Formats: sequence, C-alpha cells, structure tokens
Amino acid sequence: MGSRTPLYDKHIAANARIVDFGGWDMPLHYGSQKEEHHAVRRHAGVFDVSHMTIVDLAGRRVVEFLQYLVANDVAKLKDHGKALYTCMLNADGGIIDDLIIYFMADTGYRLIVNAATREKDLAWIRQQAVDFDVAAEERAELSMLAVQGPKARELAAGCIDAGFRDAALALKPFTGVQAGDFFIARTGYTGEDGWEICMPAADAPGVWDCLLAAGVAPCGLGARDTLRLEAGMNLYGTDMDESVSPLEAGLNWTIAWEPADRNFIGRKALEAQRAKADNRRFVGLLLEDRGVLRNHQKVVVEGFGEGEITSGGFSPTIDRSIALARLPAGDYERAKVDVRGKLLNVRIVKTPFVRNGEIRIDTVGETQ
Amino acid sequence: MSELPGDLLYTRDHEWLRREDDGSVTIGITDHAQHALGDLVYVELPEVGQVVSEAGEMAVVESVKAASDVYAPISGEIVEVNEALADDPEKINSDPYGDGWIVRMEPSDSIDEDTLLSPDDYQEFIDELDD
Repeated sequence: MGSRTPLYDKHIAANARIVDFGGWDMPLHYGSQKEEHHAVRRHAGVFDVSHMTIVDLAGRRVVEFLQYLVANDVAKLKDHGKALYTCMLNADGGIIDDLIIYFMADTGYRLIVNAATREKDLAWIRQQAVDFDVAAEERAELSMLAVQGPKARELAAGCIDAGFRDAALALKPFTGVQAGDFFIARTGYTGEDGWEICMPAADAPGVWDCLLAAGVAPCGLGARDTLRLEAGMNLYGTDMDESVSPLEAGLNWTIAWEPADRNFIGRKALEAQRAKADNRRFVGLLLEDRGVLRNHQKVVVEGFGEGEITSGGFSPTIDRSIALARLPAGDYERAKVDVRGKLLNVRIVKTPFVRNGEIRIDTVGETQ
Repeated sequence: MSELPGDLLYTRDHEWLRREDDGSVTIGITDHAQHALGDLVYVELPEVGQVVSEAGEMAVVESVKAASDVYAPISGEIVEVNEALADDPEKINSDPYGDGWIVRMEPSDSIDEDTLLSPDDYQEFIDELDD
C-alpha cells in the first residue's frame, strides 16, 4: 500500500481505478479517461494533486537564495501572489525538477515540486539553503485540488468561502491569493483556465463533494497526462531529467539570462551549451499515419540522425496521435517513427497542440 | 462486471473464441481485457489470408494508456477482419463479445479444448487475478 491523500476514500466512492504513482495510491481514471479529458476541455474537471509537495521558504535572504537556486529569476515576481515556472538545475545544467514558485509575502515564497522527486528536492533545497539562512518547511498537512476547464472557476467559486470569492474570481492568469487557510491560484497543467487550490486536509473532502455536486467531473492521472501532452507541457522524469538541460527540453523561455551577473546553479554549463550549434531540438509531433505514438519510440530523421519520443499518446481532442520528442539538430519538418518495426510518418508541429479548448496546430498539413 | 457468455471458449491472455457453424472461429478480447485497457483508440489488424500460429502475435489493440498484443489462441488462416474497428475501435469497449470482434479464422487443426478455458474456468482465472 502506498501513501494516500485525504481524498482516497472519495476516489474509491467515485469508482476510481487506483494505481501507484511515485509511492502514492492515486486515481488513474473513474471509468473513462477520454470522457474525463473531454470534460476538462469542454466543461470542468477536478484532479486531486495532494500528492504534490508544497514547500514554504522563509528568511531575510530568501530572494537572494532563490536567485541562486533556480534558472528563472524571482525578481520578476513584483507583486504578491505572482507565480513563476522554473527549473532547478544541478551544476551540469541537468534538471533536478521543474516547479512553480509563488511570491507569498515579502520574505516568504511557496514552491510546488513534483511528488516523485520529493526527497531529493527537499534534500537539495535544504543543502543549498544553509548558506542563506533560509528555512524550508514542507507543508504536508495541506491538500491540493486542481479545478480545470472553461467552467472551472465559475463552478469552483461556489465551493470556497464567500468572503474570498470576488478576490479569487478577479485573479489574473498565473497569480494567486491567500484566502484564509486557503491559497487559490489561477494556474494548472491542462492548457485550460482554472484554479489550483491549496487547503487544510480537513477541508478537502468537503470541497471535493461540493465540486462534484456542482457538476465538476472527477478526473484521474490518465486524463491529466493526455491534457498536459496536448497543452505541450513537459512531464518531469519523462520529457526531462538530470541528464537533460532546459535548452534541450523546450524550456529556454524559463531561463533568465539577464542580469548577466546573476550566478544561479548550472549557469556556466548552460552558457557553454548555448554556444554550441548541435543542441538537440525538442518538438511536437503529429502522426500522419494511423497508429499511436508512445514514449521511447525511435524517431528517424533522414540525413540528420535519430531521436526519441519522450511523451507520446493519443490526443482525444484532435483524434490523432501526438508526441513530444527530442531530435537531432537541423532544419527539417518531417520525420519517421519506428512503431513496432514499421516507419510511420510524422510532421513537426509547434506546441501547444491544444489550448483553451481549441486545436492550435494544422492537422491537415501539406501533402507530400 | 457482466456475466461471461456461456457459448465461448477463453484464454489466459484474455481472448475469446466462438466456433461458427461453418467451422470458422471468431476471436476477440474479453470484457475483462477491454476494461483493464481502458478507452481503445486504435486496432492494428492482420491481413486477410495471413497464416498465424498458436500464441503468435495476431493484432495489436491500443488504448489511451498502452499498446497490447492480441495472440492467436489457435493456429490457422485469417479469413476476415473486423474493418469497422479502424474507425470505431471503441466498439471493443462497448460490445467486446459482439460488434467488437477482431478476426475470423479458419483453424488449421481441430480445436483442442484442453488448451482453452471454459467460461467457468476463465471466471475463476480472472477472479484470482482481481484478488
């Protein structure tokens, strides 16, 4: 038996199929992964993401510390509640984890890191924090729900304290607000609008019941994966890990190169890599033939070499197979993928594949 | 889960077989299998005329989650494939023993029932898996 979130009994009651995810017993789906996927694109769905790790940092030098710890620059967070997506790198520029940082108070920041990397992340953060007198407190007593979809905020608003409703509904994308014991942010991992809500564990079952009663669909890790893939969002441990830098994971935009004198961990290695001309491309693929692209399938680019699919699957919104892949450097638009010995045709497309319910890629393409 | 059809034979790889009046055998995957796979999105079918041997790979069913091989429960020649699955693979989810059939085969030998499972034996087999 793995760890269980405070909503485990709710998942069982909703007929969840439970799977192990990084040591946690989590819902994979509640009947149909595809229906859950569509619910988020068209209406609203709720994910229990209480397994994710919440770490609150406090200390007089916390800004200085974070400017050293991560590749993006927390100086961009000018107002309380603002969020920043970033990678935490090792000295070689390899990605230890990706995380979201919220600016909570003048000397306080909240980090949300992945569940599967909890122990190494906490150890790394605390090791680096010593020189800055920054305290890192894990908030394991908090639960987290992600309510996502075009109707998510409207429906979830009825499930939070009325006194904070207006403030929560007024949130701009990628900002959050402390609402009593709750922290509500307009963020997510699906490519749809919505909220991620941190709350005391005791409150989570009530909020869950309220959301379901309001018509929000319970959604499992399966739909979470197909939604984030369509949204072109990386999954740690699949699309990137410590052997890959943000430059080869499509995350150049998360690196703050300026100011040039900010010394963050991994900077030297990244600068050396940036100067090279043969860095691998990280791209979206659309399968033009019938079939399904899967993680680790080999991609063959004639004249350029070989690469690999890092995340592949079926896109319920596009009704075709899509993937994220790391491919050899070069200027080309087509490739082939080895699917059980057959070479199928794929076209390189710009991610996201889907955003706010709309297909963003050209699914027809030019005929060969 | 629904009751198993009593007129079929089953395998430990979760295929079912129906012996047709003309001597051919229709093959699909069980309700237990489709349930475990989840929403099906693609089926790779063999060619009509292809000869397959018992336990050999015969088709591939892919769900949103994963790809899974379908093995030939008997040796023989493929005489018909369910073309409707190309556009509607989810027929396997909605009607695994009916519209979701996968292939029809002409067996090369008489069917050895001892290597296959009766409905009761298959039920017992999946009950043990679920424990």
